[in-house]
Amino acid sequence: MSQTTAPASQAQPDVLAVAARRRLRFPAALRNPLAVTGTAIIVVWLVLALLAPMISPADPLAQNFDRLQPPSAAHWFGTDQLGRDVLARVLDGARVSIILPLLLVVSSLLVGTIAGSIAGYFGKVADEVIMRIADLVFAFPTIILAMVIAASLGPSLTNAVIAMLIVSWPAYARVTRSLVVVASRSEYVVAGRLLGNSPFTSLGKDILPNIIAPVVVLATLDVGTAILLLAGLSFLGLGAVPPTPDWGAMVSDGVQNFSSWWISVFPGLAILTVVLAFNFLGDALRDGLDPRTADAVKGRAL
Amino acid sequence: MSTIPEGASFVGKPKASGGLSIRDLTLSIGRGSSAKNILRGISLDVPSGQITGLAGESGSGKTMTGMTVLGLQPAQAKVTGTIEFDGRNLLELPTKKLNTLRGNDIAMVFQDPTSSLHPMLSIGSQLTDHLRQHTGMSKREALERARVVLEQVKVPDPAGALKKYPHQFSGGQLQRVAIASAIMCSPSVLIADEPTTALDVTVQAGILRLLRELCDDLGLAILLVTHDLGVMSALADTIAVMRQGEIVEHGDRFQVITAPRDPYTKALIDALPHDGSAGSAPDSASTGDAS
Amino acid sequence: MTSLLELDSVKVSYRVAGKPRLVAVDDVSLSLGTRQVLGLVGESGCGKSTLARAICGLEGLDSGSITFDGTPVKRLGMRTRDRKLLRIQMVFQNPYASLNPRRTIGKQIEDGLRVNPDRTAWTVPDLLAHVELDASARSRFPHQFSGGQRQRIAIARAIASGPDLLVGDEPIASLDASLQARVAGLMRNLALETGASLLFISHDLSVVRVIADDVAVMSKGKIVERGDVNEVWSNPQQPYTQQLLSAIPKVDGLGILPG
Ligand SMILES: Nc1ncnc2c1ncn2[C@@H]1O[C@H](COP(=O)(O)OP(=O)(O)O)[C@@H](O)[C@H]1O
Ligand SMILES: Nc1ncnc2c1ncn2[C@@H]1O[C@H](COP(=O)(O)OP(=O)(O)O)[C@@H](O)[C@H]1O
Ligand SMILES: [Mg+2]
Ligand SMILES: [Mg+2]
Repeated sequence: MSQTTAPASQAQPDVLAVAARRRLRFPAALRNPLAVTGTAIIVVWLVLALLAPMISPADPLAQNFDRLQPPSAAHWFGTDQLGRDVLARVLDGARVSIILPLLLVVSSLLVGTIAGSIAGYFGKVADEVIMRIADLVFAFPTIILAMVIAASLGPSLTNAVIAMLIVSWPAYARVTRSLVVVASRSEYVVAGRLLGNSPFTSLGKDILPNIIAPVVVLATLDVGTAILLLAGLSFLGLGAVPPTPDWGAMVSDGVQNFSSWWISVFPGLAILTVVLAFNFLGDALRDGLDPRTADAVKGRAL
Repeated sequence: MSTIPEGASFVGKPKASGGLSIRDLTLSIGRGSSAKNILRGISLDVPSGQITGLAGESGSGKTMTGMTVLGLQPAQAKVTGTIEFDGRNLLELPTKKLNTLRGNDIAMVFQDPTSSLHPMLSIGSQLTDHLRQHTGMSKREALERARVVLEQVKVPDPAGALKKYPHQFSGGQLQRVAIASAIMCSPSVLIADEPTTALDVTVQAGILRLLRELCDDLGLAILLVTHDLGVMSALADTIAVMRQGEIVEHGDRFQVITAPRDPYTKALIDALPHDGSAGSAPDSASTGDAS
Repeated sequence: MTSLLELDSVKVSYRVAGKPRLVAVDDVSLSLGTRQVLGLVGESGCGKSTLARAICGLEGLDSGSITFDGTPVKRLGMRTRDRKLLRIQMVFQNPYASLNPRRTIGKQIEDGLRVNPDRTAWTVPDLLAHVELDASARSRFPHQFSGGQRQRIAIARAIASGPDLLVGDEPIASLDASLQARVAGLMRNLALETGASLLFISHDLSVVRVIADDVAVMSKGKIVERGDVNEVWSNPQQPYTQQLLSAIPKVDGLGILPG
C-alpha cells in the first residue's frame, strides 16, 4: 500500500509553499508603493503627535506673538488671529485630530463587531433588534445625524466622539453579521459545538478569528473618514471647544480670516495627508484580502 | 465548413473520421528550477468508435491532458509534442482555426454540468447558439436539431426541455443536456472528464449507457477521464493509467483490470473494496479484524 | 446486544419558501447496538445527512424521538451541549471545511481530549499515530495537509473525545478513490478499538459492504431495508435495493454496463 500513501506526502512541499505565501500575505500587500507611503506618513504623524510637547516651537495655547503673521523663519506656519504659533497648534492638534479618531474607530470596531456577531450568530430576536437599530442609523446621512446628536448633547469633544460612535458602529455590525452568518454554517463551527463549545466560545474561538481580517481592513479605511468627520464637527463648532487645538476647528478659524491663508491651509494639509495615508493603507490591505471576504468590505467604507 | 446534412440522417455521423493521436506530449508551467512538469511525454491514441479510458488518481494530469487537446491549457504553460487530428497537428494550429475546431469537431463534457451551462439562458438557446454561429442554420432548423439531439440523449419531453432553464433539471438530466450540447455540432471526438463523478450510481448507469450508444451509433472517438475503475471497467475499451504526468500502462480493458503489468496500477486496483474475497481488500478494512 | 441509539418514528422537515414543508426524513425507526457498525446508504437527497444531523441534535424533530443511551436527544439550538450527548460525535463530508483554518492541528485535537471523561485515554501524539500521521503534524495548520490527511485529523478529533457513537456523514465521498477504502477502514477500526459504535453514511455501497456489519438502505426519507450487510448484498429483498446494487459497475474488466 506504500504507493497509495506516496501522493499525500509528496503533496506537502507544495502545500508548505502555499502556506509560506499565505503567512506573507499582509506584508506582501504592504509592499506596494502607496502602502509604504501611507504607512510612513502615519508613522511620522503618530511620532509627531506623541512628541508634540517636546518638539513644539511654542506653547500652542499661549497668545505670545504678533497676530496674523505670515510664515517666516521664526514662525514656519505663521501665527493666527490670537497671536498663537500655527505650527505649534498643528503639532499639538495631531493628538486630538488623529489619536481621537483612531480610538473612535477602535471603539466602533469593538461595538460593531460584538453587536454584529451576536446578531449573526444568535439570529432571531437578537438579529432583528440589532439590525433594525443599525438600519435606523443608516437611514440618515452620517454627517447630519452626527451633527444632530452632537448638537443635542452640547458641544464638547466627548460628545462629538459619542455622536460619531453612534453613527459609525452599524457599518461594522453589518459587515460582521454577514460574515458571521456564513462562517457559522461552516462544518468546523458545528464540529466545535458538538465538542461542547458554548455559543460564545464558538464565536470567540472558531468564528471571529476567521472573519476579523476584513473587518480590520474596513476599520483602516474608516480612519480617514473618522478624521474628516471629527474635523467637520469641530469646523461647525460641535467638537473641540476653543482654545483646544484641533485641525477642523483651526480650518474653521482660518476661513473667517480669508486673507491669512496660512491659518487654514496648514491644518488642512495635515488632514489631507493623514486621510490619504490611511486610505492608501486601507486600499492595500483590502487588495491583499482573500477575494472571498473582500466583497464584504467593498463599498462599505464611506 | 461543413453543413449539417438535411433529412433522414439529421443527427449525422461525425464530419471527419479518424480519432486523435497524441505523441510525446509534455506540458510544464514555470521555468528553470521552479518549472513544474505536469505532463511528461504522453503518447495515446483515441480511435473512432472506441472509448479510451484515462485513469489515475487526482493530480496525475488527466484533466490537463484533455484541456491541452482542446487548446485550453493555462496561458503560461509550455507544451511540446504533437496532437494529430484529421491530418493536422492541433498544437501548431492558429488560434482561429482551433476555435472553429473546438466544439465543432472536438467537444468536451465536464464533471459539473452546472458549470458548463449558463444559468440564465434557456436550454434551447444554449444548444443552438454555437451551431447557428458555425453553420448559419436558421433558428427553426437549429431548434429542430436540438430537439432531436435531446431526444437522442433521452431527456424526457425534449420540446419542453428547450424552453427550460438549467436549474429546472436534476443533476443527471443536466448532465444529459450538457452531453447534448457537446454533440450538437456532430463532433468526431468527445472528451468526457469525470462525467459521472458527481452523480448517483443509478443515474450514473444511465449516462454510461448513453456514452456507449453515442460511441457505437455515431462512431465518436471518446476519451473518458475518470478515477473510478468501476466506470472504466464498464465502459472503456482500452484503459490508460496515468501517474504523475506519465502513462504507466495502456492496454485492453480486461488485461489492465485483471492482470495489470505496472505495480502502480496493481496498487490502485488493490485499494478498491472488492466484493469477492475479503482477503483482497486492504488489510485494515477487512471485516475480519473487528473488535 | 443492548441498544445504544434508538430512533422511534423520527420525522424531520424543512421549510421551503412558497411551498409546503419538505419532509426529508419520514417516519424512520432505527436502533443501533453497542460496538456495531451500521452503514446507511441511499441516493443523494434521500435524507441521510438530515438523519445524521438529527441524531447529533442539529435538527429539530417534527415528531418521534431519538434516545441515546437513555438520554433523549434534544435540539442543540443555542445551548451548550448536554454532557452525555458529547458522546455522539460526527465526521463531516468536506475535509476542507471541517477544520478551523486558524488553529493548529494539536489545539483542535485537544478540544476533543478536553471533553473525554477518561482524561488519560489518549495523548495528541498517540492519536496522530493512530490515524497514521506524523507527530510533527501537531503544530501545523490545516492548509498544510491534503484532503485525506485532513479527514484523518477530523477522525482523530472525534475519537479524542471518547465517543460511544461516531457518525460519519459521507466522510470518504470527497477523497481519492485510492484513499476511500483506507480511511473507511481506519474509521471502523478506531471506533471498535475504543468501544464505540459507528454510523457510516455513504452513497457508495461497495465501501459500506467492506466495513459495515449491518446496512440500512434509505430512499425518499424512509428506511426501505435493513439487515446484515452480506445478506443484503447477496440477497436484496426490496426492489429499490436490487436496483441500487445492480447499478454499481463491477471492476471485472468485462465491459458490462450496469443497470
Ligand atoms: N492552472 C494550473 N496551473 C498550474 N498547475 C496546474 C493547473 N491546473 C492543474 N495544475 C496541476 O497539474 C497537475 C495535474 O492536474 P489535473 O490534470 O487537474 O489532474 P487530474 O485531472 O488527474 O486530477 C496537478 O499537479 C495540478 O496541481
Ligand atoms: N436546510 C435545508 N433547507 C431545505 N431543504 C433542505 C435543507 N437541507 C436539506 N434539504 C432537503 O432535504 C432533502 C434531504 O437532504 P439531505 O439530508 O442532505 O440528503 P442526503 O444527505 O441524503 O443527500 C433534500 O431534498 C434536500 O434538498
Ligand atoms: Mg481532473
Ligand atoms: Mg448528504
